[in-house]
Formats: sequence, C-alpha cells, structure tokens
Amino acid sequence: MKPKPVKRRASAPARQPAKLWQLRLYVMGQTPKSLTAFANLKKVCESHLKGRYRITVIDLVKQPQLAKGDQILAVPTVVRRLPKPVRTIIGNLSETARVLIGLDLRAAD
Amino acid sequence: MNKTIPKSTAPSTQFPKCPTGIQGLDEITGGGLPRGRPTLVCGGAGCGKTLLAAEFLVRGAVQFGEPGVLMAFEETEVELKANVASLGFDLAGLVRRKQIVLDYVHLERSEVQESGDYDLEGLFVRLNHAIDSIGARRVVLDSLEALFASLPNEAILRAELRRLFRWLKDKGVTAVITAERGRDQLTRHGLEEYVSDCVIVLDHLVNDQIATRHLRVMKYRGAQHGTNEFPFLIGAEGISVLPITSLALNHKVSSERIATGIPRLDAMLGGRGFFRGSSILLTGTPGTGKTIIAANFAHAAARRGERVLFFSFEESPNQIIRNMHSIGLRLEPLVKRGLLRFHSARPSLYGLEMHLATMFKEIAKFQPRVVIMDPITSLMEAGTDSEGKAMVTRLIDFLKAGQVTSLFTSLTQGGHALQQSETAMSSLMDAWVLLQDFEGNGERNRVLYVLKARGMAHSNQIREFLISDRGIDVVDAYIGVSGVLTGSARVAQGALEKAAVLANQQEAATLKREVERKRSALDRQISGLRSDYESEALELRRIAEQVGTRTSVLGTERAASGLLRQADIKVVASTRGKPRLGRKN
Repeated sequence: MKPKPVKRRASAPARQPAKLWQLRLYVMGQTPKSLTAFANLKKVCESHLKGRYRITVIDLVKQPQLAKGDQILAVPTVVRRLPKPVRTIIGNLSETARVLIGLDLRAAD
Repeated sequence: MNKTIPKSTAPSTQFPKCPTGIQGLDEITGGGLPRGRPTLVCGGAGCGKTLLAAEFLVRGAVQFGEPGVLMAFEETEVELKANVASLGFDLAGLVRRKQIVLDYVHLERSEVQESGDYDLEGLFVRLNHAIDSIGARRVVLDSLEALFASLPNEAILRAELRRLFRWLKDKGVTAVITAERGRDQLTRHGLEEYVSDCVIVLDHLVNDQIATRHLRVMKYRGAQHGTNEFPFLIGAEGISVLPITSLALNHKVSSERIATGIPRLDAMLGGRGFFRGSSILLTGTPGTGKTIIAANFAHAAARRGERVLFFSFEESPNQIIRNMHSIGLRLEPLVKRGLLRFHSARPSLYGLEMHLATMFKEIAKFQPRVVIMDPITSLMEAGTDSEGKAMVTRLIDFLKAGQVTSLFTSLTQGGHALQQSETAMSSLMDAWVLLQDFEGNGERNRVLYVLKARGMAHSNQIREFLISDRGIDVVDAYIGVSGVLTGSARVAQGALEKAAVLANQQEAATLKREVERKRSALDRQISGLRSDYESEALELRRIAEQVGTRTSVLGTERAASGLLRQADIKVVASTRGKPRLGRKN
C-alpha cells in the first residue's frame, strides 16, 4: 500500500496512521439483505477507499456473543472501527449518500 | 417480611402464573404474572418501574430458581448493580453465579446513520444468546421505549417490536417490559398495543405535599385480580405492595392475658387485663391522659421482661421519659436495659407508606411483644381518611400475625362527634377504652370506661382516674340520681353521705340513752315502791310485836295487880290466851 495523503477533517489518532480502514459488517446469515449490504459496502469502499480498507463480516447466527461488543441491535450494521471515532451505519446501505456521511467520507471525496 | 409466598398456580386461573415474590403483588394478581407471557409495567418517571422489574428478576433467581435476563436500555450494568444494591439485592453476585445476565443495550442516535432497510435481528440475537447462556425463564426489558429515541425509523421499529413480543411468547419466557407513561395513552409510544396479557400501572400521587406510590393491575387477561390502586413502597428490602386484604383473617389467637399496669383497669377488664395479641384503642380528648395510660402499659410490659416498642408521633423520647417521671413512672432504666425502645417521627416527615415501612422495619428488627402508637390519629392525618384506615388495617394485620399486642391512642375533639371519627377504626380494634373529661363545679375531672372488650366480661362502669405523682389511681365515680359525680363533687357527695350516717348514729344513741334513762327511772320507781312496802311491812311487824309485848306486859301487870288484888289465878290464865279481849276490857 503506498502512502497517499488523505485530506481529513479530524486528524486520525497518532498510534494508527490513518491509512487502513477497518470496517465490520454484522449480518444474520446469507440473507438477501446481508448480501445486498455487503455488495453496497464493497462498492462504496472500492470507489472511495480503494486499497485502504478491510471489511470483516460477522455472522451473528454463528457468533451471537459478538453482538454485545459493538452494541448491535439492527441488522445489517456496519461499524467503522478505524479510523476513530467509531461510526455506525444501520441498514442495507442502499442510500450511498447516507453511507458516505455515516463513514465520514464526504470530506475525503 | 416475605413470609407468605403464594403458590405459583392458583386453582381458579386458566393459565399458570409466575410468582414475583414481591410482597403483596402476588396476592393482588392471584399468584403472580402470567407465565410465559409478557407483562407491561408502565408509569411516570420515578415510579419504581425498574425496581419492580429488577426485583421480579432477582426474586425469581433467588427464591424460585428461575434465572433471568435483564436487558437495560437506559442504565448501564454498573449503574443497575449499584441501584439495586441499595435495596439489598446482590445483583453482581447473581451475575457472577450465572443466575442473572445483564445486557446494556445502547444506541446513540447521533452516532448512528441509517441507510436502507434493516431489522432488529441483532436485538433478538443478543436476547436469545443471553437467555440460552443461562437457561433464563424470566426476561426484563427496561425500558424498550428508549429504542424510539435511538432508531429513527418508527415503522420498522413497530414491526420489530410486534415480532419481539411474539418471539418472547414463543420462547416461553415470562417477560416484564417497562414503559414510560404517556399523556393520552397508557405508554408514550403505545406499547400496550403489543402487550395485551397483563398491564400494571404504577403511579406517584402527591396529596397534601406527601407523595404516595400506587400500583394498579389494569388488565390481566384471563384471571381475576384486584383492580384497586394499592399503595406500595420501596424500602430497604425492596418493593412491598400493601393490599388491604393482604392477610386473611386467620391469625392465631392467644387467650393469655396481660396486665395494663393499672390494677383497677385490669379489674374492669374481667380482672386480668387485655388479651395478648389484641389491638387496643385508647381514645380521648386532649389532656385526658392517653399517653400516661399508654406509658403505664408499656412500663408494665417491660417490667415483665417483654420488649416494648413505643412509636411517638408528637413527643420526643426524652420528653416522654421526663413527663412520665413526674408521675412516678421510671422508664429510663427500662430503656437502658433494652426492653423499651422509642421511635419518634413527625407524621409529616414522609408519606403514610413510608411510615408504615419504617414501622414494619423497626418491628421486624426489635421484635417487640407490645407496640404502642401515640397517637395514631396524627399519623393518619398524613394521608386521606381511607388511606389512614387502610394503613391501620395493615398495621394491625401485621402485628396480629406476629402476636404482638398493640395499643393505639387516638386524639379526639370534644363533643359528640368524638366517637364518629373512630367508628371506622374501632371495628378493627379488639378493645376500646375511652377517656373523657367531665367539666363542672369549676373543675375538670378525668373518667375512663371500657367501651368494648372483645371476648371478656368487662365492667360497664364509669370510673374516675386520678393522676398524681405516685401514678394513676382509678376510683369509683359517684353515680347517683344527679348523674356521675367526679372530683370534689364526688368527695362532697361522700362527705354528705358520711354526715347523714353520723346523724343517724347520733339519733340512735340519743334514743338509746332515753330508753336507758326510762328504764333506770322505772327501776328507781320500783325500788322506791319496794322500799315503801318494806318499811310498811317492817312497821307492821314492829306494831305486832309492840302489841304482843303490851299484851303480855298487860297480862303480867294484870296478874301482878290480880295478885295484888288477890284475884283468881284461873282468870289470869284464861286471859293470857286472848290478850286483845283482855286489852279491850
């Protein structure tokens, strides 16, 4: 990954240079809703964070105990673990504009 | 305090019930909440919704062996543990022992962006996971309405809530869902729409600046339940709902009698005082000596070695001790020996329920055999009439269940209305002693009489009682044609009677003397007559002797003269036998 200066409103925490975006997608099984959400998230990331992101899909059917940690209520939910602060978007991410706001990518655009 | 835990299933109900273990609530609901169904608990802020729900869980885990899940939407786990700990529940310990699972669900709306369709499977998963992890039988959602603030899309939320309640039912857990009271509807967001089996409404009413909590079972599908508003309180042992009919009338009764400390009063009560475990009412106008009689009763009981708890709502303990000392009643040594304890509190300090809770707590702690409330009327003023009566009922029930003898003093205003205000209360009392002032002759005097005393022959007499520095003395009042006489009038009447007796005695003595005099006069007369007679008789004898002598002398003289005249001796001899003839000659 080549370092590329990213214009950001809030400067990222010092210990983690704001290069890698860690995203978690919480879903319940391989439902159409889950698949749609994953596809939508992937699309946004590819267009805005190409090569700088990692998506972890957590299937709550298999790992229900993980729901508590990120305060998951709604499914699907995307949690931006990094960069800080933590951001949460719920829904199948069909409204791209809202996803961009949610992930705080507007400014980076 | 939780002596009676009703059976989980009442025979009259159609479906099984889940006992809450909350004092009183199970009695109102006839055994508990509907098992395997959700119950809605709604009320305004600070009504105790969360506590009720938490107690339901804790008691379930501790008393009924049913693990529970508490899903909190407003308070964090740490906060919850701390809050519930203040009621004596060891939530942290229960969590450690895997009897309760706490899950704090939090969603900050400002941190959440909504994009597209979603559902609340995450909530279901968490709940399901929590339930399965400990095999929970009970679930509390406190309070679900917070979701309306977190999630913008109400349509989705409502659909999901509907699904949630269905899911809870399918899961077979007994759930309690708390909700904020709405303005026009039962809950702010209309949760009652989804929970239709049992609805409990909590209320917080302020009456005359005194707050009282109320609980009402508004709806209980398929089961009988008490529909009234019941006062409840949150004390150190959790919630207790105090239904008036909480205890059936089946307490044990004792035929043991206990002395009142006033021998004459005992005598009026069939000679042996009150029954142990009975409730005694002492009514009187101001200054008739209610507290003194109560203190005497307390003193006597403590002297017998029984613990006495004295609730005073008007005087401080030291004041009572000092005042009683002035009539020769030394209470202080008994206090020091731990036999007598005072508990003073202003009635307006807090609401009736809180008073009741405090009293229950004190009684449970001290375990007295005798409890005195002085005066109960000022305590009753802390609430409405019916509340006051309900409180006394509950108190008496509670005391009778523990075989505690209770004495209530009641302050009445003068006049004839005095008995009216007490009639409501009096029916709860086993014995009723009335103290009264009698005014007249420029003085006031105290009288007492036993208005009723269940189960014993008691005196129907009005007695006067005197308070002196040696204590109480009950004396017979004078009852005559002019009515009851007390005080100096009684004394005067006594003197009058004494004078009359004296006069009678004097008259009798005079009569006696007269008779004696007459008899002695008679005696004198008799002796006079006798002496007359005797002197006459004596005279007669003397004369007779004189005559005899004279005759013989005459005879002798005649003989001598005969001799002188030399008369015939034969003539002399014949005249000797008939001297009178001789004398006539």
